[in-house]
Amino acid sequence: MSSSLLRTTPVLRAGLRARAAKPLAAMATTSFTRGKATLPDLPYDYGALEPYISGQIMELHHSKHHQTYVNGFNAAVEALGDAQAKGDSKAAAAQAPLLNFHGGGHVNHSLFWENLAPNGKGGGGEPDGQLLTAIKQDFGSFENFKKQTNTALAGIQGSGWAWLVKDKSSGNLGLVTRANQDPVTGNLEPLLGIDAWEHAYYLQYQNRKAEYFSAIWDVINWGTVAKRFAK
Amino acid sequence: MSVGTFSLPALPYAYDALEPSISAQIMELHHSKHHQAYVTNLNSALKTYATAIAANDVPSQIALQAAIKFNGGGHINHSLFWENLSPSSSPDADSASAPALTAEIANTWGSLEKFQEAMVKALLGIQGSGWGWLVKDGNALRIVTTKDQDPVVGGEVPIFGIDMWEHAYYLQYLNGKAAYVENIWKVINWKTAEQRFKGDRDDAFKILKASL
Repeated sequence: MSSSLLRTTPVLRAGLRARAAKPLAAMATTSFTRGKATLPDLPYDYGALEPYISGQIMELHHSKHHQTYVNGFNAAVEALGDAQAKGDSKAAAAQAPLLNFHGGGHVNHSLFWENLAPNGKGGGGEPDGQLLTAIKQDFGSFENFKKQTNTALAGIQGSGWAWLVKDKSSGNLGLVTRANQDPVTGNLEPLLGIDAWEHAYYLQYQNRKAEYFSAIWDVINWGTVAKRFAK
Repeated sequence: MSVGTFSLPALPYAYDALEPSISAQIMELHHSKHHQAYVTNLNSALKTYATAIAANDVPSQIALQAAIKFNGGGHINHSLFWENLSPSSSPDADSASAPALTAEIANTWGSLEKFQEAMVKALLGIQGSGWGWLVKDGNALRIVTTKDQDPVVGGEVPIFGIDMWEHAYYLQYLNGKAAYVENIWKVINWKTAEQRFKGDRDDAFKILKASL
């Protein structure tokens, strides 16, 4: 899908290239310029998460995969607008899976980049304060939470994500997995996402995905997670 | 209840035989690691399932169904996939090796090229991991896509499948899956496809029985 979308949206790509650079401190969940979604800048260099995630993976993941979701999302939004303008309900409804997939891909990756950080520079270690208290309360211990997360990640059949979420009504923490690019929505607030698509680790870890799931804890940005938890 | 144990079927060619369309490194990992993991996990799930049946433990039986479908599907899909690929130097990789099938393809889509266009569109439209298949449904040919490792287990006869999981191409093609799809046409085993087209479901699934 990526290449065909790229072929059909030259104008859109030109617009994306022309966008003004955003300050890294924006911490935006998703970024938009004049109604179009744009690829957010990474808050660190491509090589900054090594040796846990290689620079090559980060560059492809951000500049190619995430960019494709941004392009796909904008194309779907545009097609939805055209369908709406023509009163074509059938064509509008046909955009739903594309909006979910590409919009979800944009949202998920935007959250993911922000909840990672270079090891020792905001990444790794353990959560503290109220977040740690909540994790202990809902998972028994931080170690147990990590173990449960890794089990959930390993159990994903196909492409998908695992998320630490906060139930908006009860305030309780929970672990959920989502297929493909389905975003976390509704009553659940996503606090921490881990990408279990093969493109997130394959160039470095190949089929040894358990090693990737084990390594990623060294680059989790608990400061970001705590901010999302406190919201 | 005793259950059979599946084993990894040998590849009908060397790991590097599909180069340059599919690299030897991909083939080796794909066969010896990924396919092996589906076989191992299927055997493990079936063993636990047999225990649950013996114990009349229905909740456990139900809980195991996702693992059986996923790993059993992975075993079925990959077993069919290896057999429907061929080194490009072989006459089997020439669509002339499938006269009856290509005639029906032309009959259905107008031409082999038109069929390939439709198949490529379906393959590139898969959201996430999955497969694209040309199947015979009754007497009609159809293109279907399946998610994750869902196997084609309706009444259809799978003619050939193309693996669209990222592990099938990423080490060589990175995010360029369109190029992978373009190059895989050079290593489709049309002789196998013709045999499956002329046969029935049992013929297509012979390879599975052989791995028991």
